[in-house]
Amino acid sequence: MRLKTNKYGVSHAVQRQTDRTSYLFLLPMMLFFLGFVIVPMGMGLFTSFFNYTMSSFDFIGLRNYSELLRDTKFLRSFRNTFFLVAVSVPTVAIFSIWVSSLIYDKSPWVTSTFRGIFYLPVVTGTVAVVVVWKWIFDKYAGILNYVFVNMGVIEKNMDWLGDKKTAIWCIIAILFTTSIGQPIVLYISALANIDSSILEAAEVDGAGKFRVFWQIKWPSIMPTTLYVVVITTINSFQCFALIQLLTSGGPVYSTSTIMYYLYTNAFSLFRYGYANAMGMVLALIIGFFSFLQFKFIKSDMDY
Amino acid sequence: MIENKKSIYKTVMMILLLLVSLLFIFPFYWIITGAFKMQKVAIQMPPQWFPLDPTWANFTELFINPAGKWFFNSVFMSVMSMVLVLITAAMAGYVLAKKQFTGQAIVFGLIVAAMALPKQVVLVPLVRIMNSTGLYNSAWAVILPAVGWPFGVFLMKQYCQTIPSEILDAARIDGSNEWMTFVRIVTPIIKPAYGALAIFTFIATWNDYFLQLVMLQSRSKLTIALGVATLQAEMATNYGVIMAGAALGALPIVTIFLLFQKNFASGITMGAVKG
Repeated sequence: MRLKTNKYGVSHAVQRQTDRTSYLFLLPMMLFFLGFVIVPMGMGLFTSFFNYTMSSFDFIGLRNYSELLRDTKFLRSFRNTFFLVAVSVPTVAIFSIWVSSLIYDKSPWVTSTFRGIFYLPVVTGTVAVVVVWKWIFDKYAGILNYVFVNMGVIEKNMDWLGDKKTAIWCIIAILFTTSIGQPIVLYISALANIDSSILEAAEVDGAGKFRVFWQIKWPSIMPTTLYVVVITTINSFQCFALIQLLTSGGPVYSTSTIMYYLYTNAFSLFRYGYANAMGMVLALIIGFFSFLQFKFIKSDMDY
Repeated sequence: MIENKKSIYKTVMMILLLLVSLLFIFPFYWIITGAFKMQKVAIQMPPQWFPLDPTWANFTELFINPAGKWFFNSVFMSVMSMVLVLITAAMAGYVLAKKQFTGQAIVFGLIVAAMALPKQVVLVPLVRIMNSTGLYNSAWAVILPAVGWPFGVFLMKQYCQTIPSEILDAARIDGSNEWMTFVRIVTPIIKPAYGALAIFTFIATWNDYFLQLVMLQSRSKLTIALGVATLQAEMATNYGVIMAGAALGALPIVTIFLLFQKNFASGITMGAVKG
């Protein structure tokens, strides 16, 4: 008698056995994953179609979404978020390539010291980073005003975080310091993986530093650059803690981001449905960028 | 001539890099020295570049607040999520990499899709779930979502794929059951992945300010990060105490990072592989 087999080429009895073991191994993780990621995601999507507050839960179709399009505060936050992304992505990528190319071929001690320095703001956490910068930016007790006034950069003390023109740049500067750690780690290992014989051959042929970079190094680190662009985009889109701790979105919503506006709607105004609609829009945008990443980065890529 | 020009260029670049690094180190220098400055010294102009009259007063005030409790809460949450992530992620990652089971594509597809979305968007419904289960305002409200996040599974699956199937087959033929194979053979092989994931999860949980902010409320339940943020909101310009708190919160994490920098760097590159 011939045994019935499935697509994996094993008999049904064996497959059942494998399935049972696999599900048992998966079970603990799936409980957490379904309960605290998938279910809340579904709830978020579902309630975004409701006028959902502390006291009401009424189906309103797409009206939360259409309100978003008319909500000037949301549109303001939306624009700010894109501005953050547009500034931070290129600066992060260029700066981390610059740092990495300077240090990747030095002695391991030098490389890991610099890598550690630039990774430090990521490790210490947003709160520690933000509280010290808030002090540095302080109008009267801040060291930035002291240094700038003495160097003659500015004439009198500035209220960096309270001024509509400067506040967003303060956020961008701090976001920058917390964003470059991971790209530098990735670039160092990407640059170190370039075949050194090719570089030597190019130098023997008399290719200048500039040409070596553009014709050999740049194409080789392209996959890393794509990855860095995507993660920096996603991180900047999710910028929240900096805003909440530093400016609370002010002055007059000049530093509010989608994530921060979502937070105020959910936890100060208790408009859960509206906040979840915002979350879905954000998820869609970020999902799009992640999709680009999956599409561009080949599955056999290795660092 | 050309050699000379090259080395000048190199030197200039290295000096520039050193200056930029100093700018990066300065905030941490300012936290640590600030923690030992009296309030009137902290806000004086011109600033005191080094605390000439160092004081422990900021730490005394910090521990009244109760920063000791906050610190313990942070440790508890980070350690618990780390342990739970290691166990659940390794088990799931192993079967996803090494077994062919019905529904595998669906499970893995869900994991990848979830990772592509921002985890913050589930916070509002998560608060609701924690409220209805009575876990809101407890350490578990922070731990459980941290364990649910599937990054660890993904990392473990990537790493488990490098295990040669022959070893596993040999164990099976020798009569080892699945669990024994996992404990005795798989676990030692994937040790580097455990190391990277452990550090990664610990630091991520310690620093997950947003999750802590929406889940924890009473003063005694706060984490050190949340506590320092609260102090900042309450004390505004009492920079000495706030810096003491920032230093206390950053200290263990920076120590861990410096000790395990190598594992950490490999964890980042591992997680990046095959998006």
